Amino acid sequence: MTAKTATQNACKLCNPLGACLAFRGIEKCVPFLHGSQGCATYIRRYLISHYKEPIDIASSNFNEETAVFGGSHNLKLGLKNVSQQYKPEVIGIATTCLSETIGDDVPMILKEYASIMADEGALPVMIFASTPSYSGTHIDGFHAAVRSAVKTLAEEGPKKNLINIFPGMISPADIRYLKEILTAFGMPFVLLPDYSQTLDGGPWAEYHRIPPGGTPTRAIASTGSAAASIEFGSTLEANKSAAGYLEERFGVPRHHLPLPIGIKASDRFFAALEQLTEKPMPEIYEDERRRLVDAYADGHKYIFGRRAILYGEEDLVISMAAFLHEIGVVPVLCASGGKSGLMKQRLLELVPDLDDLGIKVREGVDFVDIEHEADELKPDLLIGNSKGFTMSKKHDLPLLRIGFPIHDRFGGQRVHHLGYRGTQELFDRIVNTVIEERQKSSPIGYTYM
Amino acid sequence: MDTQKITLLEGREHQVYEKKQGGPEVDIACDKTSLSGSVSQRACVFCGSRVVLYPVADAIHIVHGPIGCAAYTWDIRGAVSSGPELHRLSFSTDLQEMDVIYGGEKKLYRSLVELIDQYQPNAAFIYSTCIIGLIGDDIDAVCKKVAKEKGIPVMPVHSEGFKGTKKDGYKAACNALMKLIGTGSTEGISKYSINILGEFNLAGEAWIIREYYEKMGIQVVATMTGDGRIDDIRRSHGASLNVVQCSGSMTTLAKDMEAKYGIPFIRVSYFGFEDMSKSLYDVAQLFPDRPEIMEKAKEIVRDEIRKYYPEMQKFKAALTGKKAAIYVGGAFKTFSLIKALRTIGMSVVLAGSQTGNQDDYRRLKEMCDEGTVIVDDSNPVELSKFVLEKEADLLIGGVKERPIAFKLGVGFCDHNHERKIPLAGFIGMYYFAKEVYESVMSPVWQFAPRKGGLK
Repeated sequence: MTAKTATQNACKLCNPLGACLAFRGIEKCVPFLHGSQGCATYIRRYLISHYKEPIDIASSNFNEETAVFGGSHNLKLGLKNVSQQYKPEVIGIATTCLSETIGDDVPMILKEYASIMADEGALPVMIFASTPSYSGTHIDGFHAAVRSAVKTLAEEGPKKNLINIFPGMISPADIRYLKEILTAFGMPFVLLPDYSQTLDGGPWAEYHRIPPGGTPTRAIASTGSAAASIEFGSTLEANKSAAGYLEERFGVPRHHLPLPIGIKASDRFFAALEQLTEKPMPEIYEDERRRLVDAYADGHKYIFGRRAILYGEEDLVISMAAFLHEIGVVPVLCASGGKSGLMKQRLLELVPDLDDLGIKVREGVDFVDIEHEADELKPDLLIGNSKGFTMSKKHDLPLLRIGFPIHDRFGGQRVHHLGYRGTQELFDRIVNTVIEERQKSSPIGYTYM
Repeated sequence: MDTQKITLLEGREHQVYEKKQGGPEVDIACDKTSLSGSVSQRACVFCGSRVVLYPVADAIHIVHGPIGCAAYTWDIRGAVSSGPELHRLSFSTDLQEMDVIYGGEKKLYRSLVELIDQYQPNAAFIYSTCIIGLIGDDIDAVCKKVAKEKGIPVMPVHSEGFKGTKKDGYKAACNALMKLIGTGSTEGISKYSINILGEFNLAGEAWIIREYYEKMGIQVVATMTGDGRIDDIRRSHGASLNVVQCSGSMTTLAKDMEAKYGIPFIRVSYFGFEDMSKSLYDVAQLFPDRPEIMEKAKEIVRDEIRKYYPEMQKFKAALTGKKAAIYVGGAFKTFSLIKALRTIGMSVVLAGSQTGNQDDYRRLKEMCDEGTVIVDDSNPVELSKFVLEKEADLLIGGVKERPIAFKLGVGFCDHNHERKIPLAGFIGMYYFAKEVYESVMSPVWQFAPRKGGLK
C-alpha cells in the first residue's frame, strides 16, 4: 500500500528559500530571516551547495521567550546588529512559519524600528516579504520578494526609454545572457533580481560582507517609469508579480511570457524585444537561431519519440515541455511540487495536443509519486534537478540535470536554459544523453554514433 | 574593505580569545544562544536531533511541520548503512495553512500509520519543528496511540527549533534513544563488550572502528547511531562499556546509561594516529583480566601505522610549516585535528567550534600555540578576518565554511557530515592528510588575489 498523506522526498522547497535567493540579487542587500536560527543555516547550506559561493543570511534567532512574547525585540536587535556588521543599503526581511504563526506584524515592527532609529542617520531600505513556509513553495517566496522590492522602491516619474525584466528563478548564466541580449539591442534595462555576480563571481582579496553585484536600488526605483516590463513565468499571476504591481500602480505595461526555452518561446521573447525597442534582432542572435535550427535537423533522429519525465518548478516544467514538444521528445509526465492550479491550462496554451499525446500533468506531487508514474510510463530519460537522482538510479534512467538544485554535479550555476543559446546547450545535452545510452547499451562498442 | 577594521559584534567580545604571553586569563563565554542578527554558522534544536538520529537505518524519520525542515535534511549525509536504508528517505507531514489553524495531529496520525504500513520499519521517530511548539499538537499522544496499534516503538523527538540550541536537540535525541534502550534482550552479550556512541558511520567510519575493536576480541553491541539498528539499541544496556566520540551529542546518553544501568563510559576520538591509538588502548585497559586484548590493540596500532607511515612522511615533507584554521561543530574534534595537523607538520592559527563548553575551551587554550585565536559560535566575517590575518593555508570546516575558504584562495578540508571519504581510523588519517595535501598544494591558488593573482 502507498502512503498518501505524508510528503515523501519533496519536489519543492520552502517559501523563505526563494526570498533569500531573490534578495541576493539586490545590490548591497543582506537577506534576513525572521525565525529560528536553523532556517537561515539550512537555507544557506542548501544554496551554497548549488552556487558554491558564500551566502550570508542573518536570522532573528528566536528563542522561547520570543515565541511567547513576540519577535519584535529580536527583530529590532537583529536589524541593528546586522546593520552594524554588514553596513547594508538594503535588508531583505522574510518571515518563516514560526514568525507567521505567532502573528508578528513585521511592517509595524519595521515602522517602530525606523522611529526608534530616527536620530541614527540613514537607515537601510527595508524590503519585507511574507513567506510562511506552510503555504506555497520556494517559487512563491522568490516572487514575493521581487514584488516587494519593487513595491518598496519603485517611483513614479516621466516615462523613460527603459525596459524592466523580471526573469524569475533562473541561473546566473541565464541572467548574464539576458543582460547581453538587452545590451545588444541597445536598450536601457533593469533586470531584477540579478544574482549573476553575487552567486557566480570572482575571487576576493578580502572577505566581502556583501558580495559585489546585484540590481542597484536606484535602478529598482526607476522601474516605475519604465516603458514596459517583461516578466517570465507561465503560472505567475499579475497580482503576485512585480510587473503586475507596476502595471497596476504606474501603468507600466506587463508583457507576460513563458520562460524562453525552445525556438518558439525564444522567438516570442525576441519579438517582444523587437517591438519594444523598435529594432530588429541583432545579427548574432539571428546566427544563434540559425545554428539551432540546423542543430535540430542534425539531431532530430536520435531523439524523436523519446519519452521524458519532467519535474521541478511549474514554470520551468511548462517551458521545458513546450521545448521538448517542438523537438519530437514526448514529455510523458510534467510534474511539480508546486500547486498553482494553473499548470495544465498554461501547458495547453503551448502544447495544444497534450491530451492526444497522453501527456500527464501533475501538480503538488513528491518524488515517490513521480516514481510510481515512472513505473507505468516507462520513460527513456528524466529531466530535472539533482533530487531525481535516487529515482534515476533505481530505475536505471539517465538524468539530465537542469534548474535548481544541482547538488551532485559541478557548475550548476552555469547551466544555460534560456534563449537560442540556452536551448542549443540543452538540445546538445539531450541528444548526447540519448546517444550515450545507446552507445553504452550496445555490445559492439561503436566509436562513432 | 580593511579586514583590520572588522569589529566584533557587541556581545561577542567574550566569545573570541587570542592566546598571548602575559595575556589575560579570561574564560571563553560559550553555551550562549546566537545573537540576533549575527550570521551564525550554527543551526537549531531540530538540527541537533536530526543529526544524532539520522543514521538509524531501519526506522522511519518523520518531520512534523511545514516542508522546509524535511526537504533540507533529505539524504544530505554520508551516513551509510549495511542493510536497510530508510534513513535516506525524507518524510514530512508538510503542514499547510489549514493544518496550522486546526492542528496537525490527525495528519500526523494518518501519515504515520500509512508510512508504517508501507515501509514496515522497526521504529519511527517523529520530530516536532518550530510551529508544533506553537499550535500545541500532542505528539506524545499520537505516538503512543500509533505504537500501540502498530506494535513498534514510535518515539516523539521534541526538537522545536527555537527551544534552545543544537545541544538541546542532541539531548532530545538522546532522550528518545534512552526510551528504546533497555527494551531488548541482552542474551549473548559478552563481558568484553562495548557500545560505540557518537559515531555516525560517515563514509563507513563506524565499520572501520568496529573492525579494530572486534579484532581486539571485543564485542560491539550497538553503534549509535552509525549504521544503527533499533534492535541493537534496545539491547545496548547489556554492554560493559560505552565508548563516546562526538562528546557534544552523546555524553548525555552515556551519563544516563551510567546512572540507570551502571555502564561506565570513556570519551575518545578516532581522528589522527595519536587519538585513534589512544581510543584502542583506553578500551583495552578497562579489560585488564584479558591481556590479549591489549596485545591485539598494540598489534593493530603497529601494523596500521606501519602501513601508512611512508605516505604520511611524503605529505609531511610538503606540508611542514603550513598553517591551518579549524572551525567545526564540536570542540572535541578540534583537539584531535590539532594533533593530526601536527603529525603532518602543520600548525594551527585558529581553532573554534559551534558548540564547545568551558572545559573544552580551557583545554583548547592549553593545547594551542602562542598567537592562536580561539572562537566560539563564530560567523563568516570573523572567520575570514582571522584566516586572512593569520595567513592560513587551510581551513577545516563544513559546507558553510567551504566557500569562504575558496573565495579567499585558501585550501579546504571538508570535515562535516556530508563527507564521502572516511577520516576516522588509521586509514582515515591517511585520507585526511591526502585531502589536506591535495587542497593546500594545488597550483590553482597561484591565481588567487592574496597570492598576487598572477597578472
